Amino acid sequence: MTYSEGDVGVSGQSLMFAATPLNTRNRRIQWLFRALFGLMTLILVVPVGIIFGVLLVRGGPAISFEFLFSYPSDGMTAGGIWPALVGTMWLVAVSLIASVPVGVAAAIYLSEYAPDNWLTRGINLAIINLAGVPSIVHALFGVGAFVIFAGFGTSILAASLTLAVMTLPLIIVATRESLQAVPMAFREACWNMGATRWQTIRTVVLPNAISGILTGVILSVSRTAGETAPIMFTGAAFFFPFLPTSVFDQTMAMAMHLFVISTAVPGVPDELKYGTALTLITLVLLMNAASIWFRSYLRGKKKW
Amino acid sequence: MVATDVKLAVRDLNIQYGGQRALSGVSLDVHEHEIFGIIGPAGSGKTSFLRTLNRMEMLQENMTVDGSIVFDGHDISKIQNVYALRRHIGVVFPLPVGLPLSVYDNVALAPRLSGIKDKSALDEIVEQCLMRAALWDEVKDRLDALGSLLSGGQQQRLTIARALSQDPELLLLDEFSIAVDPVTTMRIEDVLKELKEEITIILVTNLVQQARRLADRTAFFLDGQLIEVGETEALFNGEVKDRRTLDYLEGRFG
Repeated sequence: MTYSEGDVGVSGQSLMFAATPLNTRNRRIQWLFRALFGLMTLILVVPVGIIFGVLLVRGGPAISFEFLFSYPSDGMTAGGIWPALVGTMWLVAVSLIASVPVGVAAAIYLSEYAPDNWLTRGINLAIINLAGVPSIVHALFGVGAFVIFAGFGTSILAASLTLAVMTLPLIIVATRESLQAVPMAFREACWNMGATRWQTIRTVVLPNAISGILTGVILSVSRTAGETAPIMFTGAAFFFPFLPTSVFDQTMAMAMHLFVISTAVPGVPDELKYGTALTLITLVLLMNAASIWFRSYLRGKKKW
Repeated sequence: MVATDVKLAVRDLNIQYGGQRALSGVSLDVHEHEIFGIIGPAGSGKTSFLRTLNRMEMLQENMTVDGSIVFDGHDISKIQNVYALRRHIGVVFPLPVGLPLSVYDNVALAPRLSGIKDKSALDEIVEQCLMRAALWDEVKDRLDALGSLLSGGQQQRLTIARALSQDPELLLLDEFSIAVDPVTTMRIEDVLKELKEEITIILVTNLVQQARRLADRTAFFLDGQLIEVGETEALFNGEVKDRRTLDYLEGRFG
C-alpha cells in the first residue's frame, strides 16, 4: 500500500502526533522545573568555586616548601605552619582510631542485631540528636569529661576524643544506612545455610557495605580536620612550637591556627592567612579524594 | 506402595504473624527419597510452612509457631544448634539469590562455614555441586566471575548448587522456576529427579503441571489450611477427598 502526500493516512498520522494544549503545558512545566533544579545546583557550586578560587589566588603565592615545613616565627607573623599541619593529622588519626571502631560496631549492632523495640528506637533518636548538638557544646562536654574527669588534661587525646564523640553520629548513620542497603535476601540465603549472624555479617553484609561506611568516614575526616570549637579548650594550643611526641601533649592545629592568626594576633600578613586556609582545605580535599578513589575501587568490585 | 521411612513429621502446626493466622492445624508426613509437592494459591501459607522447617521463624520478630515438627526423629523445636539443623536443610528461593561473591565462593561458602578449609576438598565440592546443578559446563571457565552477574537461570542453578554444597538431607524448593526459562526449568527438573535418589525434596510450586511432573505425593494448601495430601497421580485422576482440590487442579478456581 502506498500513500501520496496529503493522503488520509499521512494527515491522520500527523494529527495523531500533534501537540495538544495539555502536551504543550506539560512540556513547559517540565522545562521550568529542569531549569529551576539546574539553577539550584549552580547556586550550590558557585560559593565553593569562589572560596577555592579566592584562596588559590590570594594564598597560592604563600605556599612553598618553606611555608609547609617550617615553624611559625616572629610571634606567628612569619614562618610556616608545620606544627599545625602535623597536629591536625594527629587529631584526625587519633579521633578516627576512637570513632571508627565504636561507630561501626554500634551501627552493626543497631542494624543487624537489635530488636525493633522502644529502646532501639530511643537509641536511634539519641544518635540523630547527637548529630544536632552544636560543636561548642561538644567542646564543653569534652572539657568536663576528658580534660577534667578522665584526667587527660588539655591534650591531643582529650581533643581527639571530643572530636570523635562529635563525629560518631555521622559514622553510625552512614554505616547503618549502608548496611541496610544490602538486600535482605543475601542475609536470608546465608542464614538458611546455617550461618550465624556474625558469619553472615562478615562474609556477605560488610563487604557490600564497606563503600558506604567509607563515605561516613570521609565525612567525619573532613569535619574533624575543620572543626575549631571542640579542640579550642581541650587540646589545641595557641602557640606550641614543638611537634607532639605523645597523645598527652598539646598541639597546634590548622583550624585553630587559622582562627588565631585571623583574630588574635595583630600584624599577620593576609598572605599567611590565605595560605593557611588553602592548605587546610587542600588537606581535606586530598583526604577526601583518596577515600573517594578507594571507595570507587571497592564499589567497582561490588555488583548485584 | 512399600512402607517408607518418614523423614519429616509435622503435627498440628500453627503459624501466626502478629495476630494474623498464616497456617492452622497442618499435619503431614514427608517420606524419605520422595519429592513432596505443595500447591495452592498465593497466600495459602506454603512459604510460611517452609520457613518453619529450618526454624527461620526465630529470625522473624512477629512470627510465632506451635505444633511439632520432627525431622529425622528429632523434635526441631528442641534442637539447640539450629545452625546444624539449617545445614541439613537446603533452601532455594523463588528469585535466584546469587550472592555478590565469585561463583566459586558462592558454592564454597557453606562448606567453609562448616569448617572445611582444604583447597582440594573445596575444589571437589564446588565442581561436584555445580555439576549436579547442571551448571558446571557453563561456568567452569569463569569460576572467578561474580555469581550475581550470571543470568537469572544460571543464578538459580547456582543457588541449587549452593544448597547442595551443604550436603543436605532435605531440599526445600520454593517456586524455583518463577524466574527461569522453560528450558532451564526442564533441566533443573531432571536434576531434581536424579537427586531424589539421594535426598528428600519438598517442592512448593505454583505450576500444578510441575507438581504433576515431579511430585510423588502432593499437598494442597488453601487459606492457611491443608486441604488434603495424596498420591499426585491419583489426585490428578480425580481421586480427591475434597472438591476444592480438583477445582484447583483443573484451574476452576475463583
